[in-house]
Formats: sequence, C-alpha cells, structure tokens
Amino acid sequence: MKYAAHAPHAHARASIGRLMLWVMIALTPATLYAFWLYGWPAIFLWAVTVLSAAGAEFFVLRLMQRDAARGLADGTAVLTGWLLALTLPPWAPWWVGVIGSVFAIVVVKQVFGGTGQNLFNPAMAARVMLLISFPVELTTWVGPSPLFGAGALSFVEGARVTFLGQMPLGFDALTSATTLGHVKTELTRGIDVPAALASHGQGLGASLIGLHAGSLGETAAVLLLAGGVLLIALRVIRWHIPVAMLAGVLLPAMLMHAHDPARYLDAGTHLLAGGLILGAFFIASDPATSPGTARGQLLFGFGCGLLVWVIRTWGGYPEAVAFAVLLMNAFTPVIDRYLRPRIYGHPARFARRTRP
Amino acid sequence: MLNRDWLTRLRLRWGVHPLGRKEQGNREGILTLPLPSRLHVPMLQHTGQPAKPRVTVGQRVRKGEMIAARQGNISAPVHAPTSGTVIAIGDYPAPHPSGLPVLTVSIDCDGLEEWVDLDPPSDPFALAPEALAAKVAEAGIVGLGGATFPSAVKMALGLRTQVRTLLVNGSECEPYLSCDDRLMRERAAAIVDGMNLIRHAVGAETILCGIEDNKPEALAAMREAAAPFPHIALRRLPTRYPMGSDRQLIQVLTGREVPSDGRSADVGVLVHNVATCYAVHEALRYGRPLISRIVTVAGGAVRAPRNVEALIGTPARYLVEQCGGLSGESARLVMGGPMMGLELASLDVPVIKGSSGILALDASELPSATPSPCIRCGQCVTACPMNLMPFEMSARIRTGALDEAVGMGLKDCLTCGACSYVCPAHIPLSHYFNYARGELTRRERNTLRQESIRKLVAERSERLERDAREKAEAAARRKAERERAKAEADAARAAKAAAKAAEESSA
Repeated sequence: MKYAAHAPHAHARASIGRLMLWVMIALTPATLYAFWLYGWPAIFLWAVTVLSAAGAEFFVLRLMQRDAARGLADGTAVLTGWLLALTLPPWAPWWVGVIGSVFAIVVVKQVFGGTGQNLFNPAMAARVMLLISFPVELTTWVGPSPLFGAGALSFVEGARVTFLGQMPLGFDALTSATTLGHVKTELTRGIDVPAALASHGQGLGASLIGLHAGSLGETAAVLLLAGGVLLIALRVIRWHIPVAMLAGVLLPAMLMHAHDPARYLDAGTHLLAGGLILGAFFIASDPATSPGTARGQLLFGFGCGLLVWVIRTWGGYPEAVAFAVLLMNAFTPVIDRYLRPRIYGHPARFARRTRP
Repeated sequence: MLNRDWLTRLRLRWGVHPLGRKEQGNREGILTLPLPSRLHVPMLQHTGQPAKPRVTVGQRVRKGEMIAARQGNISAPVHAPTSGTVIAIGDYPAPHPSGLPVLTVSIDCDGLEEWVDLDPPSDPFALAPEALAAKVAEAGIVGLGGATFPSAVKMALGLRTQVRTLLVNGSECEPYLSCDDRLMRERAAAIVDGMNLIRHAVGAETILCGIEDNKPEALAAMREAAAPFPHIALRRLPTRYPMGSDRQLIQVLTGREVPSDGRSADVGVLVHNVATCYAVHEALRYGRPLISRIVTVAGGAVRAPRNVEALIGTPARYLVEQCGGLSGESARLVMGGPMMGLELASLDVPVIKGSSGILALDASELPSATPSPCIRCGQCVTACPMNLMPFEMSARIRTGALDEAVGMGLKDCLTCGACSYVCPAHIPLSHYFNYARGELTRRERNTLRQESIRKLVAERSERLERDAREKAEAAARRKAERERAKAEADAARAAKAAAKAAEESSA
C-alpha cells in the first residue's frame, strides 16, 4: 500500500555523507603536506589506519546484519580512521594503527550503538588507549624529512619502517622530541621555559609551517586553520566550539605567561606547537559527542580549551587535546540537559523558580 | 545608524532558507480561469464545525447565494461560486488531512454567471465594528494564509481584547507560492482598503504590514497604495522560513513574544493575511462573498506554472490543465506549499478556501534519502523558530517517552518542518511531532473515557449495593412482620386455648 507522504515535501539536500566528505576535503591539504614532510612511513600508516577503520565498521555491521555498505557510505568510519592517523607518530608501526582503529570503531563507537550514539570521540579514545598501552611507540617522534629530499626514505625503506619495524641506519639521529614534550622534560630538570625553547631550536615560524617533530596533524597549522575556516563557512560545523576552545587555551596562556614567562609557555607556542588547531576545528567539533545548542557548545569548547591548558601546564603528559576532549565528552549529556535554549513564549528557565 | 535589516538578521537565528523557486510562477499576471463545467464545493473548508447545506438536489442556485450555513460558533458559511444547478450532495474527495471524503455540494455550471442580489453597505466605515464583523462572517471569509480560521471570530476577539496594532502578513515564506506576491502587485489598493476595514472592525490604531525582501515589486506596489494612510507602516522582512507563522511575524515586527499558552491578542496585536484583507474588501465594498481565490500552480512537472484565480470547488485537475498540463510523471501532488502542504491522492480534489497552491513536484524536487541515525549535529536546533531541541524530542518519542517530549516543549511545536528540512540524516522530525501530538490526544481521550467508565462502574456497584441492602431490609422487615403476626396468632391461639381450658375446667 501507499503511505501518505508527510510534509515537508522539500529538503536541503544535506546528508551525513556529504558533511563527512567536506570534513575530509578540509583535511586533505594538511594531510598531503604532512605526507610530504614525513614520507612513505606516514602514508603507509595513514592508509593502514583508514582501511582498518573501514574494515572494522564493515565487519561489525555485517555481524549485526545491518546494511554495511550504507553504513560505510556515510563516511564516519573513514573519518575516524583518518583523524586517528593524524594524531599518531608518523613512523609508528602498522599494528598501532590497526589496534587503534579497531578499538575506536568496535569498542568506542559500535558497542555504544554506532553512528551518532557514541558518548566519546572514537579517534581520541583510541589514541588515549594506545598512549597508555604502548607508551614507547606513541612517543617516538621523528623530525621531518621531506619526500624526495636528501634524507628521505625510499618506498621500500618506508615500507620496512611501517610494516617490519626496521629502522634505517642512522635512525637514532632522526628521533626528536616535540616542542611541548621537550619543554615539559626540561622544566622537570629545572630549566626554565625560554631556555628550553631556545635549546629546542625550533621557532614559531617553523611551527607555523610544520617544520617540527610531531604527529601528522600537528604539522601544518596554517593548512588546518584554512580547512577549519572552510568548514565554518560551509556551515558543516559552527564557530562556537573552535573559537571557545582556542579562547580556553589562549586566554589563560596569555595571562600566566605575562605573569611568569619563565614558568608558563606563551600563547603562540600553545597554538602552533601541538594539536590544538586540529582538535578545535576537527575533533572537539564532532557533532555526535558535543552539545547540540549554541550556549552548550561555547561551554563545551571553553572547557576543552581550559583542560588542554591545565594538563599541558601541570599534568603528566605534554599534549592534552585527547584527554581534554574525552573529559568534556563525558559532560555533553549534562550540558545538553541544563543548557537548553529558552522556548519561544516561555519565561526564562530560572525566572519561574526564583519567583516567590 | 545601523542597518535595521542587518540587526534583525543577527538577532533572529532561527529558520531555514529553502530554495524559493518562486520565479516559476510569479513572472506572469494572475489568470482568471474560464468557467469549468462542474464545481464540487466541500462543506468543510475551514477550522471548526462543517457548514450545513441549505439547498436540495436539483435546486437552481445563483452566484454568491449561500448554499450552506455555519454550525456553531467556530464555523463559516459556504456560497455558490457560480450560477447553476445542484446535482449532488454527498461525500466527495476533499483536501483534508484525514484523507476522508467530505460532505460536498456539486454544482453543474450554467455558464450564465448570474449573481444573487448583492447588498453592499454604502459606507462600511459608518457601520459599527460589530456589524462589520457580522458581514465578514456572512461572507464566509476565513484566514487565507493557510490556517483557514474563520476571520470574523478572530475580529470579534480582537475587538474584545482591545488590539492596538493590526499586523498584515505579506511574507509568503513557503517556497513556490507566489499567490500573495501577485495579488499585492496587481491589487494593492484593494488590499490596503481591506486592511483599513479590518482596522476599523477590530478598533486597532496602527497597521503594520510585513513583506519578505524577495518580493520587491509587491513591496513597492503596497508602499504606493498605502502612502495616503499615515497609520500604515510597511516593513521589509528578511527572507526566511517560517517568517509567515503568526508567532514569528509578531516577534520580528513588534519584538514581542506571544506567551506559550496565549494568543496574539495577548500582546495587543492581531494577524491577518493580505489575501484575507482582499476578501474583506470584496465583501464589504461589493457585497461579494468568498467564492474564489488566487492559487499558485507550480512544480517541476507543470508545463507552464503561473497564478490563477479559481472558483472554490474547481477540480485541481482543471487548474493544472489550464497551466499547460503535466509535462511528465509527477512524483507527488501537494496542496499548499512544500513545507507544510498536504499530499493529494489525486487531482480530483477541488480547490478550497485554504488552497494557496497546487504543486506537481517531480522526483528531483523531493527529499529522496531514507533516514539514517541522528548524529546530533544540532542543525534542527538552529533551525527551530520556537527554540526547541527537535533531535532530543524525537529521540524521546521514538522510545515512547511522550511525557518527556512534552516537558521539552512538544506542545509549542508549530510543525513548520524547518527541522526536517535541514536534517542531514533525513529524519522526519516534524512527522514524529505530529504523531506524538495525535497520540497524546488519543491518550487524553482514553483517560477521559476510562474515568467516565470507572465512574459508571462505581455508580453501578453502589446502586447494586443499595438495591441489595434495600432488598435485605425489606426482607428483614417482612420477616419481622411475619414473626410478629405469627406471635400474635400464637398469642391469640394461646389465649383461645386458655379460654377454652378455663371453660372446660369450669364446666
């Protein structure tokens, strides 16, 4: 029988697949640039992580007898793998990517009910799980050695790094700490921030274009920022979370740096040296795990930012985006419960209660 | 000074910008349709009680003659759209959400267009406001913006509550529709006269008319027509759906919000549509009842979309044929606009007072995808003109927690469909809300019925108890009587025996 169609008989033509596609397009320039910086191992790791995320999604959906092709087509699983790959050390072994992706998709996403039902950001939860389980692999950073450059690895050498764990000769010389990690280590040795930054030898200019050790997503701040602005302009994401998150880091950073420059990092380093921009525009803004209202998003974003700054400054880990986002994810249901917009024609939410 | 439009845009975050597609039909002027051979005039074309037919089959009616009287307070009479013979009174398909046929008077047109004797007041402004409202009621005028609420009832309400400002709705925010646009361009002076008449009838001081900025020609025409009247102000509104909703229009034009449990009169305003103003002008100046309206015929499957003036009761098929017919397979027929319109099962249904548009949409214009899970993106929250959280509400309704959805504002929902329109997961949000409200009404009715049943049962058992008690008492009484009688008889017997014994002993 034919059912009567319900209004509206028109649609904005938006779809989840299209939203995810735009996020991927926005990530592409930064990703390609990072591939060039870190060479074949980075490309292999990215491919392995993305493919295993897609494979895990497909397998689980088949297991649950759902439409696996349609589930994959919305692009959420690929994007999760992509984002996870961007937060890993570029030369990490292949199994790190596989374990991370499978954990992200199966445990963090599908066990909670699949697309849109997960409480925590899958990529970030997987990264934190990996960091705790495999601290050595997750903290072995290399400096950039651009593709086709003098020190670059060939295709085969790159494959050996990713798949066999065979480091090329002279690899030790390549290992290098991230800026945030270096400063944290030096501070514990009693060396103050300006001296630590000076000894690290990488200025803000280098960070701006990503010429420093770090994950793929910590390199090209400018390209990531451009991608993020594109997403806001296309209304794929709203400005509230990224802006609030940046403010949450930069405001305390500026205040405390002005108060004691020897102890507290400056705002510029906070902005460019770690994964803040990736986190603000691409990770914290994940709709499923963030609040649905404008005010809630501002609070959520600011909370993420503040936590990033607190953990970077006083916590045990040099980088904090993943922890901060996960902690705020846990608050999302509470924020959505209490920060609801005032309904048209109703008195302000608390006005009724305070009235005698 | 800051640009006013810019401020309004910034202040109002709700709404969506559906593809207008108004250029499909708004280029050409209004076409007055030739007389069709037969008209089917439904008795229920308005909110409230259906009208009651006053004609019989075979009776000849003249154009403008009342063929059905209103029933009850909220109702409207129906008039013969042309002269002819009543050939049937019975159920006929009608554009009604229930999809059920409606009692309909079918008229065979004789082509003479012979009017009933019209009796327009010589100077309507000299009449008392109540008399004007009575004439509007007699003319069968209802809100032509789509709500079809009887206009006279609204006007009487306005008079009672001392409305200060009359708001005139020229926003026409539904995509495709351009009937109000064309009406304002071509008959602005008549609309302005109707506005003044309503102002007099409700005792308002000022008139505020809002027109969306995608209709510059209409705005210019209305400005010109309203220029002689200092109490009329025209406002350009940002184009945004649902600007034409009463509550939203009031918010934008006056900055006030209608309380959740109140009416627009509570904030001192009354909203009437431009087409309603035109109908009031026709009724009070010429005595003509509401027997025709402007209808936009559009959609990708219509060959030559345009606006037509059609008699009430004209089959939708006739309108489409007069606009070049269908160019191919129409995927969906809609009466009204695409955002809130009603799907038509066929083109046999007639045009009614509330039919602002007949759309024949092709497959490319329709939402196609099947729903996928909600990703909580919050676009519905941004779109909602009432500041609700549609995705939270629909999640509650899915699990049957309707009371929680009510707590989140389900009853404030306008079912405007803005949330469904933007949802990237293609979730039919407004459908959920309609369903939930229907279900709540059903539950309420159920509760009432159960309560009355419980009451009846309690009364019955009480009655039974009483009966039993009375019966038992009666039985006890009878028994006591019997015993007394027996005792008396015994005593009498004993006395007799004693007397006899005494007699014997004495003998």
